[in-house]
Amino acid sequence: MDVIAFYVFGAIAIAASLGVVGQRNPMHSVMLLISSFGALAGLYVILDAPFTAVTQIIIYAGAIMVLFLFVVMLLNVPREEPAPASLAGMLGPRAIKAAAVLSVVMGAELLYAVLSIAQSFFSAGHAGSVSSVANIGQALFTKHAFAFEVTSILILVSMVGAVVLAQKEHR
Amino acid sequence: MLQYINPNIVAHLGLIFIVFNLLVLSAAFMVWLERKVCAYIQDRVGPNRVGYEGALQPFADVIKLLFKEELRPKAADALLFAIAPIISACAAFAAFAVIPFGTETTLFGLLKDPLPLQVADVNVAVLVIFAITSMGIYGIVIAGWSSNSKYSLLGGLRSSAQMISYELSYGLALAAVIMLAGSLSLRDIVMAQSGAWWGFIPKWYVFLQPLGFLIYMTAGVAETNRAPFDFPEAEQELVAGYHTEYSSMSFALFFLAEYVNMVTVSAVATSLYLGGWLGPLLPSWLGWLWFLLKVFLLLFFYVWMRWTLPRYRYDQLMEFGWKYLLPAAVLNLLATAALVLWLG
Repeated sequence: MDVIAFYVFGAIAIAASLGVVGQRNPMHSVMLLISSFGALAGLYVILDAPFTAVTQIIIYAGAIMVLFLFVVMLLNVPREEPAPASLAGMLGPRAIKAAAVLSVVMGAELLYAVLSIAQSFFSAGHAGSVSSVANIGQALFTKHAFAFEVTSILILVSMVGAVVLAQKEHR
Repeated sequence: MLQYINPNIVAHLGLIFIVFNLLVLSAAFMVWLERKVCAYIQDRVGPNRVGYEGALQPFADVIKLLFKEELRPKAADALLFAIAPIISACAAFAAFAVIPFGTETTLFGLLKDPLPLQVADVNVAVLVIFAITSMGIYGIVIAGWSSNSKYSLLGGLRSSAQMISYELSYGLALAAVIMLAGSLSLRDIVMAQSGAWWGFIPKWYVFLQPLGFLIYMTAGVAETNRAPFDFPEAEQELVAGYHTEYSSMSFALFFLAEYVNMVTVSAVATSLYLGGWLGPLLPSWLGWLWFLLKVFLLLFFYVWMRWTLPRYRYDQLMEFGWKYLLPAAVLNLLATAALVLWLG
């Protein structure tokens, strides 16, 4: 039962994610992204982590997507503009070099993160820790308190930035 | 073969069937109630031809809608135009699944294990409701965008702006109740409200959270797009708002979703603030009668308000949401947190 559900949700998530990139119509991409998030939430439920599943829906599919829809609708682009002949022609040589360096750094970081998590994940017993809301709260405000507070400052900065950008110019 | 059929699963499926159909029927009942109450408020008689006092009028309307032609604007986005009403209706029905409406029952000894009167007992039920209601807005926004009509688009935009503004206060009001009960499960929250102060005042959270209850109800009206906050479909400005271009059953689905959402908001308010199925006089296995009565009173209040108050202006709505309701919700949350800490 769990295995069937896993494959169904996994297939939906992958198909929807591919659809997001492959779509020409930005509104269809948005809808596919929501279904991809929904399928991920389903996977979390199978893993016995309903809290994570619900927060996934509220935060990603709910809040961020609403704002995303706003942008899409106010810009009202019916289709993506046709891609230029070559990527290099669009960005220029310097940007391409910078992007190449950045992507290598990001790839290395991702690999490192996945490997370090994988080790602790399989060694220590973690069952039950994800399903209890109380445990999540405890971990968030004690063990990960620093990261939690830094994230809130990051969000505050982006909020202030949005206000500054949206402000009408006074001269 | 027969011994493999678990009676509890059968009973649970029956429960799901009953809840689903009662929700559909409650929408029909609300349409009738709305038209009747509105008529009496305006000193008219209202529908009184089909059935007793017009009670079958909603069914006649549904049959009429079923036989209407399904129209779609030529410039509309066919796929999104078709799925928008489905999203709306699904979200409305799904949210009700986690609401408990009675104690556990064995159906007079028929079942070995007691069956809770609730479709799904999720331990994060409050958040599930919050998540699903925020999904319901997509139906409206997509309907507005895909119709490719200026009235629909404006209705959809207004709806999303309104929901973003009021969702914050809604969530903060919920958080205060969660803090008092110390649980995210609706069943636990209802059980935490059992008992009474000095023997006669029930320990309902509405008495501990009067401000929170008001905030929740106000935000709930805004979330369900009801008057006096019915901007997404303001007739005088936007024809019919996001569902201007819809006809036949897809229009009926939006209508159904709106009424089911109202029932859900009232049912959540009943569970969070009014003690759910708890009440005096009746034995505990009849608690669902109390639940129905409380939900009905809240729904009546909704209808009463719609035909009493005029619609606000859009900027007034935004100002009220951000400058008054949100600070009040934050204050309520802080005060509750301080009291919970102080009194243990």
